[in-house]
Amino acid sequence: MRALTWHGKHDVRVDTVDDPEILNPRDAIIKITSTAICGSDLHLYDGYIPTMQAGDILGHEFMGEVVETGPKSTLKKGQRVVVPFTIACGSCYHCGKHQYSACDNGNPADNQDIGQEMYGQPMSGLFGYSHLTGGYAGGQAEYVRVPFSDVGPIVIPDGLDDDDVLFLSDILPTGWQAAENADIEPGDTVAVWGCGPVGLFAVQSAFLMGAARVIAIDHFPHRLELAKRFGAETINFEESKTYEALMEMTGGIGPDAVIDAVGLEAHGFFVDNVIDQIKASLFLGTDRTHSIRQAIHACRKGGRVSMPAVYGGFVDKFPLGAFMEKGLTLKTGQTSVQHYMPALLNAIVEGKIDTTFLISHRLPLEQAPEGYKMFHDSQNDVTKIVLKPGLDRVAR
Amino acid sequence: MSDDAPLTTSKNAQVRQDSAEDLIGIESADLIGRTVTINRPRAELYAYWRDFEQLPTFMDNVERIDCLSKTRSHWVVKAPAGAMVEWDAEIIEESDGELIAWRSAEGADVPNSGRVEFRDAGDRGTIVTATIAYDPPAGTLGKLIAKLFQREPAIQARRDLRRFKQLMETGEIATAAWTMAQLDEEKA
Repeated sequence: MRALTWHGKHDVRVDTVDDPEILNPRDAIIKITSTAICGSDLHLYDGYIPTMQAGDILGHEFMGEVVETGPKSTLKKGQRVVVPFTIACGSCYHCGKHQYSACDNGNPADNQDIGQEMYGQPMSGLFGYSHLTGGYAGGQAEYVRVPFSDVGPIVIPDGLDDDDVLFLSDILPTGWQAAENADIEPGDTVAVWGCGPVGLFAVQSAFLMGAARVIAIDHFPHRLELAKRFGAETINFEESKTYEALMEMTGGIGPDAVIDAVGLEAHGFFVDNVIDQIKASLFLGTDRTHSIRQAIHACRKGGRVSMPAVYGGFVDKFPLGAFMEKGLTLKTGQTSVQHYMPALLNAIVEGKIDTTFLISHRLPLEQAPEGYKMFHDSQNDVTKIVLKPGLDRVAR
Repeated sequence: MSDDAPLTTSKNAQVRQDSAEDLIGIESADLIGRTVTINRPRAELYAYWRDFEQLPTFMDNVERIDCLSKTRSHWVVKAPAGAMVEWDAEIIEESDGELIAWRSAEGADVPNSGRVEFRDAGDRGTIVTATIAYDPPAGTLGKLIAKLFQREPAIQARRDLRRFKQLMETGEIATAAWTMAQLDEEKA
């Protein structure tokens, strides 16, 4: 099959590799019809994530058609499914509590050593995201092997296009969980740092959860424009002072809940010695931890802090004093995609959530390297690239 | 000891060694231990483990175990650099559903003793604790070499227990391979 493979910094190629096979009873093989490039894939592209190996297949946002099933899979050939980026078994204690991203068994035993060392306990496996998260082949390919296919993939009803549902794989549930973690009460004002895909979905979700006002913060005009389309008020931090603006816009109180969705798409597990490099490469073009500091600083007394943004190592100058004195609550974590998929699919079917606005480019898989370069070089215009293995070559 | 922490977590190597010596009667032995909680009933986990011939399914470095009688078994284990070590093991203590302990017989390539305990953990399933005492060949150097080849018992024990948990909870052992050939290579 053809697959997008990683070979080093700014070196991804479409190679011919072996087709995947059923290896475990609960496996399924999916023929990919749509697969997106995630902002966090850019961290792999930039060479910031350790334990990548030449030839690794990338991609963790994908969907397609079931073409083969293991004896314990509950899927049927021909079904269309969206696959969660977190690989979770559905049988362990954490899966039982719907904490799928904390699954004990989704990460192969030998790979769990690193997570155990870094975090105290290993987390679940992820598709196409380095050997820290299992070393699983990703979905930017013609086919992919999906473990635990009886609990992960969600079957898509007829009548919905790929574009309508693809983002159930990661960024929509991630944005939803971010808003849920903000414990929004009716009438609340919620501030969202970062208007990438997760920030934009968090804006939509916050309104659906009853927020009266959402204030979106970014510096890319096009992304702020998208936030505005969903009813958010905006702050462009290159033009206005964020903290001062937030205080004035909330009557001197501060937002009831704050969501740090900067660097949000980084599902990575950075070790602290690369954090400094990463700091310089973020969406907000500022210190890596600036957004979480600012969010804590601006949050009203007794308010809630939600952090979908991924921090993998250690953070310096964390405002623990403000956090304690103001009595804030922090909720965070990798997304338990499987938990949110059914309800969010319903919301899409009922027309309550639209995700298609995000897609700025569609390319055939063969042009994936071009897509990576475009996404890397132009964050204002390129909001989301979807790769379609079957698509004819697109002239650019 | 002035606290309730398991002996395997002692900072004092002498304490671990003394405990290992009690188990296998060899002075230079080391003691390692690992605990895991498995979301399955105690009886089921015990039954699987008690059938020693099944252990290589999740013990990556164990090539084969042949049961010679109800209490005696023959172990063939991978050692660093493609070598194999072998020994007979005798069950020295067992309590149905709770405990299995075994010890290598006279003349073992690597004298060792193992003990696995199963305790109820309410709605979380069963707490499984494996304790292994072993006498590394060539002492500290042997241990270093073993570590280099990822065949050190401490590393193996924690990975084997994770695989045991995966097998019992999910019915399979997680792998990131995507072809049969890759999986075979992983297991080699």
